[in-house]
Amino acid sequence: MAYDKFNVLTSTVVPLPTENVDTDQIIPARFLKATEREGFGDNLFRDWRYDVEGNPKKDFVLNDPTYSGKILIAGRNFGSGSSREHAVWAIYDYGFRCVVSSFFADIFKNNCLNIGVLPVTVTPEFAEVIFSAVEADPSAEVEVDIDKQTITLLSTGQSESFDINAYKKENMKNGFDDIDYLLNLKEEIVAFEKERR
Amino acid sequence: MEKKTLFDKVWDAHVVKSVQDGPDVFFIDKHFIHEVTSPVAFLNLEKRGIDVMFPERTVATPDHNVPTIDQDKTIKDKLSRMQVEKLRENCKKHGIDLHDLGSAHHGIVHVIGPELGITQPGMTIVCGDSHTSTHGAFGAIAFGIGTSEVEMVFATQCIMQSKAKKMRITVDGTLGKGVTSKDIILYIISKISAAGATGYFVEYAGSAIQSLSMEARMTICNMSIEMGARGGLIAPDETTFNYLKGKQYAPKGEAWDKAVADWKQLKTDEGATFDKEYNFDAEDIEPMITYGTNPGMGIKVIGNIPSTEGMEGSNKKTYLKSLDYMGFAPGEAIKGKKVDFVFVGSCTNGRIEDIRAVAGFVKGKKKADNITAWIVPGSREVEKLAHEEGLVKILEEAGFELRQPGCSACLAMNDDKIPAGKYAVSTSNRNFEGRQGPGARTMLASPLTVAAVAVTGEICDPREVF
Repeated sequence: MAYDKFNVLTSTVVPLPTENVDTDQIIPARFLKATEREGFGDNLFRDWRYDVEGNPKKDFVLNDPTYSGKILIAGRNFGSGSSREHAVWAIYDYGFRCVVSSFFADIFKNNCLNIGVLPVTVTPEFAEVIFSAVEADPSAEVEVDIDKQTITLLSTGQSESFDINAYKKENMKNGFDDIDYLLNLKEEIVAFEKERR
Repeated sequence: MEKKTLFDKVWDAHVVKSVQDGPDVFFIDKHFIHEVTSPVAFLNLEKRGIDVMFPERTVATPDHNVPTIDQDKTIKDKLSRMQVEKLRENCKKHGIDLHDLGSAHHGIVHVIGPELGITQPGMTIVCGDSHTSTHGAFGAIAFGIGTSEVEMVFATQCIMQSKAKKMRITVDGTLGKGVTSKDIILYIISKISAAGATGYFVEYAGSAIQSLSMEARMTICNMSIEMGARGGLIAPDETTFNYLKGKQYAPKGEAWDKAVADWKQLKTDEGATFDKEYNFDAEDIEPMITYGTNPGMGIKVIGNIPSTEGMEGSNKKTYLKSLDYMGFAPGEAIKGKKVDFVFVGSCTNGRIEDIRAVAGFVKGKKKADNITAWIVPGSREVEKLAHEEGLVKILEEAGFELRQPGCSACLAMNDDKIPAGKYAVSTSNRNFEGRQGPGARTMLASPLTVAAVAVTGEICDPREVF
C-alpha cells in the first residue's frame, strides 16, 4: 500500500553494531500470527529487548534513552534469513524510516523498498565513521538525501553516495508502490499469460 | 548464438517487460501461499477493490503455525486458528485450491508442491517464504518474496524484480559413507559464509550433485537462502523426469513427451559464463554440524569450534556473543556435547527419504534416556508412506514421537518449542537465536547425524555408530 514520501531525512541515529542480524531477531516467528498489519513495532527485536517476563533489558539499545531517531544503523549482513515482511513492518511501525548497513540481505532489502523504508548501503569505513560519531555524541545527526543519493554526517560533513535504481527511487520519492505500476500493464500481462498456457 | 546459463534461459522466458534503469516485470507461473504471509496481502487487495487475476496459478496450504497433534480438532491457539480460518475464507472467496489440514495432500508447502507434480522444470515459482528455493531442484527459478509481492502476484501474476548475478557451485566426486546432501550444503555454507551468495542465484552442478535423488537435491536448493542466495537451481535430468512422471499435476501422454523434450533444453550452454564460480571436491566433505547462531557456522562433527585468532572488532564481538548464546567456548571439540532434543522434519529434511534414513539407522536401537525425539513428516503423503513402509513402528520402538505434518519446531510458531537453554540437534535449516523457541540452542545436521545423536545422547560421528 502507499506509504509516506521519502525525500530528505535528517535524524539522530540508533546504533546496533551486531553483525548478521537475522529477521528472527528483528521479529521472532511467534509474533507473526496477526491477520492485519498493525502493532508489530511493539515486538521489534523482542527477545533482545525484553526478558522472558517481559521486562526491558537495560543493555539493549532500544531501551537506552540516550539513543533515538528515525535512522537505524546496523552491522553487516542485516536482515538475513526469513522473507517475512513483518520484519520491515516492525521497523517502520517502531518509527524508523531508514536502515543503514555495509551489507543487506537480499529479500529484506526488497521488502524495505516495497513499504517505504530506505535501505542505505555504505562502505564498512563509513559505517564505522557513523558508529564512532554516535558513540561519541548520541545527538549527532545524519542526513539522508534520496534525490542526491547521499548520506552525510552533519557534524563533520563527511558524506558518501549510495545506490538505488531509478525506478525504486521515483517510487520512494512519490510514495508509490509496484502494484500501481503493474496494474497499468494488465493487458500486456494477460497476453503474456495466454502465450504460456 | 549467445551462450546462456540455465538461470538465463528460465529468467528471460518470463520477462514481460524490462523497465529502464529498473527491475523486470517478471511473470510467475506458480504461486504458493500459506497462512502467515498471505492475510495482509488479501486484505490490501480488498482495500484496493481488485480480484486475484489468475487464481488457478495459486495453491494454498496451512503449514507454519498448525499444531502437530489433534489436527482433526479445532486449533486451540486463538491467533493460529484465526490465521488458518482466514486462509480458508480467502481461498474460498478467490477460488484458490487449498490443501487444508486433514486433507490427503496437506503438508509443508515446499513438500507438497513437488509431491503433487505442481513444481516443474522451467517454471517460475514464488511464495512468501524464503525456503521456496527448494523448488529449484527441478530446474525452476523459485524464490521467497515479501507480503507486498504476494499481493502483486495476486493482482497481476507478476512482480518487479531485478535479475540476480549468477554463481555456479560445482561439487565433483563421490560422497563418502555417512555423508548426505545436507552435509554438502552445510559444508558449502561453512566455506562461503551465511552472506557469501547474497545478490546471486546459484546453479549447483557437478557429478556429486547429479548423483543425488530429487529429495536430496531439494535439501541443497532449500538452503541456498542460508548463504544469502535468492535461490538455487539444478538442471533437470532423467532423475527429475522419473520423479515427476505420473505425479498428479505432471503432464500426461503426448503433453508429457513434449514437456520432457522442452525440459531437456534446460541446461547451461557450454561456454556460458557466471559472475562467480566455486568448485568443491565431494571427498573433502564429512558429516557436518553447526555450533553457532547462523548456518555458516558449521564444522565437521569431528572438528573443533574455531578459535578467535585473527578476529577483531565487531566481528569478534558478534562471534563471542553467538558462542555465549550456545554455551560453547572457542577452540573446544563439539563431539561429546550433551544433547536434549532431536528434531527430524521441516522443508529441508522432512521427506520420505529422510524418514527412511533415520528409521534405517535406529532400527533395533533405542534413543538415549536424555533425549526427547520428535519426528514430523513434511506432509500427509510422507506420513502415509512412513506407516505403509513400517517406518513408524521402527521409530516408535526406538522411542521417537511421531507428530502430524507441519513446519513444527523448525520455527516454533506452534507449541513445538525447544525449552530455553536446551540443546536440539535438528534436520531443519536455521540455527538463529530463539529460532526453535526463546533461548533454544539449535545445531543443524543431517538426518543420519541426528539419528546417531538420538541413540548416543551426545554429538557424535554417525560413521562410528552402528
